[in-house]
Parts: sequence; structure tokens; C-alpha cells
Amino acid sequence: MRRILAILLENEAGSLSRIVGLFSQRAFNIESLTVAPTEDQSLSRITIVTRGDDKVLEQIVKQVNKLIDVIKITDLTERSHVERELILIKVLAMNDKSRTEVKRITDIFRGSIIDIGKQVYTIQLTGDAQKINAFVNTLANETEIIEVVRSGCVGIARGEKALRV
Amino acid sequence: MTTKIFTGAQMVVKALAALEVKYIFGYPGGTVLDIYDALFQQTDVEHILVRHEQAATHMADGFARSTGEVGVVLATSGPGATNCITGIATAYMDSIPMVVLSGQVPSTLIGDDAFQETDIIGCSRPIVKHSFNCRVVEEIPNIIAKAFYIASTGRPGPVVIELPKDLLMPTSTGEFHIEIDVKMRSYNPNIKGHHKQIKKAVSAISDAKKLVVYAGGGVIIANASALLTELVEKLDAPITNTLMGLGGISGTHKNFIGMLGMHGSLEANRSMANADVILALGARFDDRVTNNVKKFCPDATIIHVDIDPTSISKTINAHIPVVGLVDVVLQQLLDELTATNFEPNKEERADWWQQINKWREVNSISYVQEGDQIKPQRVIEAMYKITKGEAYVCSDVGQHQMFAAQYYPFAKPRQWINSGGLGTMGFGLPAAMGVKLAFPESHVICITGDGSIQMNIQELSTCLQYNLSVVIISLNNRSLGMVRQWQDMVYGGRHSSSYMESLPDFVKLAESYGHVGMQINHLDELEDKLTEAFNIKNRLVFVDVLVDEKEHVYPMQIRLGAIDEMWIKKGVKS
Repeated sequence: MRRILAILLENEAGSLSRIVGLFSQRAFNIESLTVAPTEDQSLSRITIVTRGDDKVLEQIVKQVNKLIDVIKITDLTERSHVERELILIKVLAMNDKSRTEVKRITDIFRGSIIDIGKQVYTIQLTGDAQKINAFVNTLANETEIIEVVRSGCVGIARGEKALRV
Repeated sequence: MTTKIFTGAQMVVKALAALEVKYIFGYPGGTVLDIYDALFQQTDVEHILVRHEQAATHMADGFARSTGEVGVVLATSGPGATNCITGIATAYMDSIPMVVLSGQVPSTLIGDDAFQETDIIGCSRPIVKHSFNCRVVEEIPNIIAKAFYIASTGRPGPVVIELPKDLLMPTSTGEFHIEIDVKMRSYNPNIKGHHKQIKKAVSAISDAKKLVVYAGGGVIIANASALLTELVEKLDAPITNTLMGLGGISGTHKNFIGMLGMHGSLEANRSMANADVILALGARFDDRVTNNVKKFCPDATIIHVDIDPTSISKTINAHIPVVGLVDVVLQQLLDELTATNFEPNKEERADWWQQINKWREVNSISYVQEGDQIKPQRVIEAMYKITKGEAYVCSDVGQHQMFAAQYYPFAKPRQWINSGGLGTMGFGLPAAMGVKLAFPESHVICITGDGSIQMNIQELSTCLQYNLSVVIISLNNRSLGMVRQWQDMVYGGRHSSSYMESLPDFVKLAESYGHVGMQINHLDELEDKLTEAFNIKNRLVFVDVLVDEKEHVYPMQIRLGAIDEMWIKKGVKS
């Protein structure tokens, strides 16, 4: 089962490597990982997308919590939440037909073309993993994809629930 | 708070003194010379010079296990630090409080592959509870205080601190300030069991007809053996100890049914297999206990008390998990039992004990002494008799370790010192040295074999320097006994590389290091010569006992079987 874990931890040298090391050491899976400081510079927030059954997930949450740097961890997928990922994608746009089609698809998915080269468009899109996958597949049917970069998933709980110190 | 200015190196030593560290085990080298210079100029902290850094970690470990205090190690960067790895891993697996101070090349050279540079923080990451880089000189004292706090609280473990040389040198100075009372927002070990879980546990215990208490190393670490004994007596329940938990209750207590697991007693394993409620205290359902987890105690409701939530339901699902320090939870359980007017059902208990006593009659921990060749078990029995069961027994890893665990009933906690989790050969001698340093008046035995002892034999030199009069008893079977046993049982008797063809003369070896060497080759001289060895005061005695090389450790769990499927002796199944 796919899970999104949000982790709040001390923004210190080596704390990210402890998280990554733990996952590889205990053979846990990482589908994506994003990390950045929060509004409080002494804290970092990591979002990890992982897969595993309930028993594995229980171990992951406990093991991460056990790390001294970690202040809090929560499984966002346990309750109502919002998830978003950013993708930047460079595609071939050689002639009028493909330019029109790429523009049309981008509009439908509510993305935006953020750069234009002689033969390429660079598009930005945000959404959940499903939407982004659909967008990439649709574009791939229409033109050639030159380069893709995905930010990895970030997420937040809906409503009043918050992950903070 | 004083405003006097100190160098980084002086701060290290001052901080250790402030934390009441008496001994530090280490080996000098380029990046830590400033610390050695600072150590030279004070008397609060005594440095013990080992002959190999691995031994420093095991010595600190033995000191920590026997006293409950934090063991402290000092090593230089690069090879000094990497030599500590095995000792750090050993301490990590057995939850031993340890702080390892490692030198590092100057900050400006980090990452340049400088001389004796190793990323020791990276190397040790999977085997430490936590680690620290120091980057500012004033931070050194509080980082050391934090390291001690982390190492010794919650589930204890090793902490590594990396100290770049430029912070230690006379050019690097600052004000010394240390806060011994550490508070951290990201680390607050939960110490008290949840009230509702305690109630649930007591309710399950009260309903149990076939209750077993399964107690591990957590009881020793938490100094909870008095409470454990009280609980066991109140419940009139059988109790089994893990290899790490031996001494948690007296080995001669009437409710003690022996060690469980791979080489545990049949009655211990059988009681577990037939239990309806298992009360696990500071134990972690290790694979050397459970055997095949799929067949593990199918009818039992499992109450699992542990300070580390990751230990709970990791291998075996706990029906009633209780997160908390074992001593605190034991008190809570006792209080709740009193509050609910608990009395064991006499009839049900009698039935249960009758059943257990039947299993006891198999006498699974036994051997036959035939001929003149000394059986290794006989040596342990003699050792027990001569020391009246009061010695500290520090073990290496192998057959001798299992024989000691089976045939030396430990009366007290912290009396049995062994590498249970990692199974580190070479642990025994340096660990015994750490214990002897802490308890110079007590008998301290290093029980070992001709394989293990050679993994840290160089420490005989350290023993002479500090007059550490350990009694080394080596069960010499001219082979790597446990490896050989597996080869006999599983690999068709093909003794691939388990035979030692060129053993040294251990008597002469001991003598050349300035100690007393002794060989025992005949059964009829065993007790007299061992007694003589224990009567030699203030000298290290190396007793080389030639034992039957064909002896196997029994009983032994049958691979992939249930916990109580065992070989009782050669060709005899449980």
C-alpha cells in the first residue's frame, strides 16, 4: 500500500542521511523523498512516499521515530489530506500541429508553458501523482519527451490537524 | 559558571570530569594528541592504554555492563576510529551505554582524503544510537553531556562524537560551559507504561492458567531484578531468561526454569510453547529464541514490555504491548496486582508446575563424563564450585559461551557479561579487563576458547601494565568448536577451516607477557589446578584446559522447527 509520511526533524548536519540510511539498512522502500527547512529554520520537514503492508509501515514509523533527530512523524494517508507534486517537463514542439496539441493538453491539465526554445516547450504542472502520471502519458502519445524532473510528493493534512512542534 | 578560557582538548577532558568519568579507554594518534596532552596534565580521568582500539571499546563495554555507567572510548581518526566499529556494533546490539570520542582531521581538510581521514560518522551510522559532529569549540562540553544523556537513557546504546583536530589545538579556545541536565525536544524516552495497558496485562495474567515470564537483558539494564523476583514470587510463575537476561533472577531460584532458545533448556522452551500467556519483559523475541516464527507459541497471549517501541511486534506480534522502562512497569504491574487482590489459583498452578517438572525430568542440560578427556561442561561446573557462584564471568563467543550460560547459575544481575546480539569473538578478554578495573577485589573470569582468545590476545600486555589479574579459562578443543559442531550436524562432518593446526603454547605465551600460565590436561587435576589458579592473587592466570574436541552443545533447537523442537543429545529428539 502506498503511504505518505511527513516527518519533522532537527535541521542538523547528518539528519537526512540518518533517515535515508535507516530505509536502506532495514530494506524499507522509498518511492520519493523531499526535504526542506520549515518557517522555523531549526526544523526540516521531510515527505517520504513508501510502500508496505501494515506491519512494515508500523516498523517504519517506529524506527523513524526512534531516531534522535526526529521530533514527529505522521502517516498522512491515514486520514484526509492534500498531496501535490511539481513536474517540469521538456517536450519536442517542432511544428504547428504539435505546438497546438501540447498547448491544448497543458491547458486541459491546467499546467503552464514556462519556457520556449526553437524546437522545445518546457511545461510546469502541479497535482497529485495520478494527475501527473496521466499528463506525462498523454504528452508522450503526442510528442517526444526530452526531459522530466519531478519534485516528489509533498503533503499536508486537511482541516485543523497540523504537524508542528 | 567560570569564564576561564580553555582549549578544545581541555574542554573534552573537563567535560568528562564533570560527568564523573573515572576511566577512559583508548589509543593515541595524530588527531587526538591534544586530548592526550590535556589528559597528561590532570588526575580526574585516568586513561587506560589498550593495544588495539577494538579492545578499548570492549573494555569500556565490560566496564559499562558491570557497573551500569557509561563506558568511554578515545580513538584517533582513520584506522583508530574504524578499529572501534566492531565494539560499537557489539554495544549497539546489546544496548550498552557507551560514548566513543573519535579524532578527525582538521575541518579544513575534511573531504580531501587527508592522511588518516575516515568518515566515521558515516561508517558508524547504522550501529549507533546517535552521533555528533563538532564544528564549534564552545559546543564541545554540551555535545559530550548530550552524548552521555542519550547513551544512558531510554534504550541505552553507543554514541559517537567526531572531534576535528583544529578544534582541539591550543589555537582553538573558548569559554567552558556545560549543562549536565540535558533537555532535548526531539528525545524524551517514554518511561511509564500506559495505565490501560497495565490493566489489560494484569487481567490477562490473572486469567492465565499456564503463565510464563520471559525476561531479557532489559531487566539487567533497568536494575529491575529485585522487582522481577518479587513479581515472579507473587505470581508463582515459571521464569525463563534469555542469554542476555541471565542473572535477572537467581539461577538457583525455584521458579527459574533455565535459559530459553537455541541452546536453552527443554523445560524453558516447552513451557513457552505450551503457555497461554507469555509476559515478556525487556526481551526482543530474537531469532535465537523463537526458532521458526511461524510456529512460535501459537496459543499464547503475548504481553510485551519494552522501552523501545520498535522491539514490540517486530518479529512476534504482541497482543498487549506496554512501552516503558521495565523497572517502572514492573512496579506498576505489582501495584495493579495488589489493587485487584491477585492470588494465583493454587490448583491451576499446581497442574502447570507438575507439567513443567515432567519436562524438567528429561534433564536436558546434562552430559556424560567418560574417560579421562575433560568435558568442557565439567570445567564450568568446577569453576562454579570454586568461585561459589560469585565470580564475574565474561565470555567470548562459541561453545564455551553456551556451556557457561548453561552450567554457571548466576545469582545476581551484571555477573554474566557476554556479546549476545552481535556474537563478537574477541570480546571476552577486554570485557573482563573492564570488569576487573571496576571490581578489583572480585574474581573476574574470562571464559574463552582457543579460537576467540586469539582475536584480542594482544591485550595480555595491557593487563600487565594495569595489573588486571583476570583469570582466563580457555576451553581448548583445538578447533572452532561451534563452527565444527554445525559442520558435524549440518554439513556432513566436513570440517572446512574449523581446525586450528598451529596453536601457540598458551602457557609460554602467557609467561612471555609476564603472567602465570597453566595447562590442565587430566580430569583428576582439574579442580586442584583451577583452585590453585583462583588462589593466585594479583597475577593474571591463563588456564589452558585441554577439553574433548568432539563435544557438542546440547540441547539444540532443530532448524525451522518450533521453539521446543530440539535435539536433546546426539540423535535424540525432544
